Amino acid sequence: MSRRIVGPFNRVEGDLEVTLDIESGRVRAAFVNSPMYRGFEQILAGKHPLDALVFVPRICGICSVAQSAASAQALAQSMGIQPPQNGRLAANLTLAAENLADHLSHFYLFFMPDFARDGYRDRAWFTDVQARFKAVTGSATADVLPVRAKFMNVMGYLAGRWPHTLSLQPGGSSRPLEEAEKLRLKILLAEFRAFLENTLFGDSLEAVAALDSEAALYAWMEPRAQRADFPRFLNIARDIGLQHMGRATDRFISYGAYSDGTAPLFAAGVWAEEILHKLDIGAIREDVTRSWMAGDAALAPHEGRTQPDPDKADAYSWCKAPRLSGKVVETGALARQMVAGHPLVRDMVNLHGASVTARIVGRMLEFALVLPAMETWLRQILPGDTYCLPSHELEDARGIGLIEAARGALGHWLDVRNGRIHNYQIIAPTTWNFSPRDAVGEPGALEQALVGLEAEEGGDAAPLQVQHVVRSFDPCMVCTVH
Amino acid sequence: MSDVATPLNLLWLQSGGCGGCTLSLLNADCRNLVDTLRSFGINLLWHPSLSEQSADEARRIFEMCASGETRLDILCLEGAVLKGPFGSGGFHRTTGNESMMHLLERLAGVARHTVAVGSCAAFGGVTAAGINPADACGMQYDIDEQGGLLGEDYRAGDGLPVINIAGCPTHPNWVMETLVAIAQGEMYESNLDVYRRPRLYADHLVHHGCKRNEFYEFKASAHKPSDLGCLMEHMGCKGTQVHADCNIRLWNGEGSCTRGGYACIACTEPGFEEPGHAFGITPKVAGIPIGLPTDMPKAWFVALAALSKSATPRRVKENAVADHQVVVPANKRTRLK
Repeated sequence: MSRRIVGPFNRVEGDLEVTLDIESGRVRAAFVNSPMYRGFEQILAGKHPLDALVFVPRICGICSVAQSAASAQALAQSMGIQPPQNGRLAANLTLAAENLADHLSHFYLFFMPDFARDGYRDRAWFTDVQARFKAVTGSATADVLPVRAKFMNVMGYLAGRWPHTLSLQPGGSSRPLEEAEKLRLKILLAEFRAFLENTLFGDSLEAVAALDSEAALYAWMEPRAQRADFPRFLNIARDIGLQHMGRATDRFISYGAYSDGTAPLFAAGVWAEEILHKLDIGAIREDVTRSWMAGDAALAPHEGRTQPDPDKADAYSWCKAPRLSGKVVETGALARQMVAGHPLVRDMVNLHGASVTARIVGRMLEFALVLPAMETWLRQILPGDTYCLPSHELEDARGIGLIEAARGALGHWLDVRNGRIHNYQIIAPTTWNFSPRDAVGEPGALEQALVGLEAEEGGDAAPLQVQHVVRSFDPCMVCTVH
Repeated sequence: MSDVATPLNLLWLQSGGCGGCTLSLLNADCRNLVDTLRSFGINLLWHPSLSEQSADEARRIFEMCASGETRLDILCLEGAVLKGPFGSGGFHRTTGNESMMHLLERLAGVARHTVAVGSCAAFGGVTAAGINPADACGMQYDIDEQGGLLGEDYRAGDGLPVINIAGCPTHPNWVMETLVAIAQGEMYESNLDVYRRPRLYADHLVHHGCKRNEFYEFKASAHKPSDLGCLMEHMGCKGTQVHADCNIRLWNGEGSCTRGGYACIACTEPGFEEPGHAFGITPKVAGIPIGLPTDMPKAWFVALAALSKSATPRRVKENAVADHQVVVPANKRTRLK
């Protein structure tokens, strides 16, 4: 057996290193290290509660709105206020725009370039895929960057700018839309829809959303494999067997996404042992046994502590290890759609378990499901109606903000005492997915997903299968540790 | 003066930050930024979000730059330098167990131009807020004091100190234009302001071009988020003091912070992360904001504010505390003079 340290991993957000124990050309064990610590939870202690809205988006440049939304929700709960309908719709639109832009960046810029690597030179699809997806120089980069930048102009109207907005407030949105701006947004959404339908899918969003089984998916792919990008991926995926790579625990968590005030567009819950369970937030604990963090008990987030201990024996990551009822769970677009009950991902996971392919399909489905919802929310906004309620000063209060970022379940636990932040604990999606081992030695979701993959003992670049599985989670390392 | 015949190698590294300046850069107003950079003779040697090379392949690029085998023309750092714990740099280690702090020192020693992208890399920024848990600093500044990782006397190969493209995040075109100026051999010390920010954006105030200017003129102020009025008196806005052109060039098409309905929190200024008051509440003495507009004598500000408040038209007064125009501008019945 040999040990290989693979890093730095690029085309993930932030810093990542993976240690692989390799035996007979396969990964026998993996240890995931989040190698950077900044200490936002320590920075937030003692601040005015509303100052959290300035700091938390700056945890992460790629999920900044998600961080804002979770904080605004935690503050609203502590203040006992509910945003008015316009505020809620504006917040949904802002978060959805970020989530879809993230899915787009992930697919085109972070994930697909690995199939244009020389290691795939002998595949029938290589020439086409290399011209399309080669990092930096492929035609897809040139196509997608301007489309993404244009789509992000919705943030100019909804959020002032992106990243790092302050428009998402506990009482709603600080950015009222005028009737004329609704029209401009409508046009931006239509342009983005056209790109998705023409270039990504080669079909209407509604047709993609209606795919209901793996068999239907591949049948749909066949005539499109040369002329649209998601079908191109499916063709590669089937050829190299990505549906058999990257299975973790097949337990999925989602906090539920895009509420209209009564029900979310995608339901909250836990999918485990092949059935849907109710989400019990009280069952979350953060274990720090193998983290460079002081303490040994696994604590509930409201009681959580963040005190670095860089010399801790046997620790190997700055990331804590969140567990639900003591168990490792996976979060992300696949988890969200599993919990929400989309028949396509339910079928794929039923057939093979979670995989690289299923995680990508989960994201692609969200383009097809969320953009039409955005079109509806925009229609429902009524200029002239209230966008935002005033905030209250807080003395002693607690609040929880639970939202779905592009990468999955994001939770903020706020404790205010004497008008100041006493404790602010954050569990980000990749904290769940890329956690280290816990007190009973159970590896985190990625650590489990890497076991069994092909890996040369020598070699130069990170093993290809390892790269696909790591990036299939769309990790955000700056959120992970924060 | 750079040699435009040979492409300039640009290496982009990230440390104690959020990656938001890169994500902002991807919104650059050009067909696509890689091609645009290339057309100005800039070769993106490696970037953490865009390049193919990972792991050992990427580390080899860093080492070839550090050894001089590959010429390092432009070193960009995004994110603060993390010196902790206890000066070890251990809060951010690169693979191979070297601290990022140490790798940056090695690379800055050979770079022809060194650029700090964002307020974290420039001054420490948000990463240095509160108790500054990771002992964060800028490349050549500790907040507003010269020093930082590289020290006051540091000069890159071209003779310039670290160029600070401050902002949290940076506007994509501040970065593009700075890089293009460097590539064209048009970046001199005289193009940098007192905090070594490129004057191409730092010679303006955020107030310039603010859509709320009519409300400002009459001191017709917003009281809560979503109100249309001026954000200076109650909502913590520092736009009249802050160096940046956010309301002239705008963000994401037609946006800016003040257009988004919230205060300018001075994110291009060193130390913005610790203003000494809640960000969204204007600090005042005897009802007068203590942060007066830049270049404005206090007595005049007080006198003019009192006068303009008493002269506020009904339209401006009522719209200031509403989230949509409750009174639209009147139409004059004669031809405008």
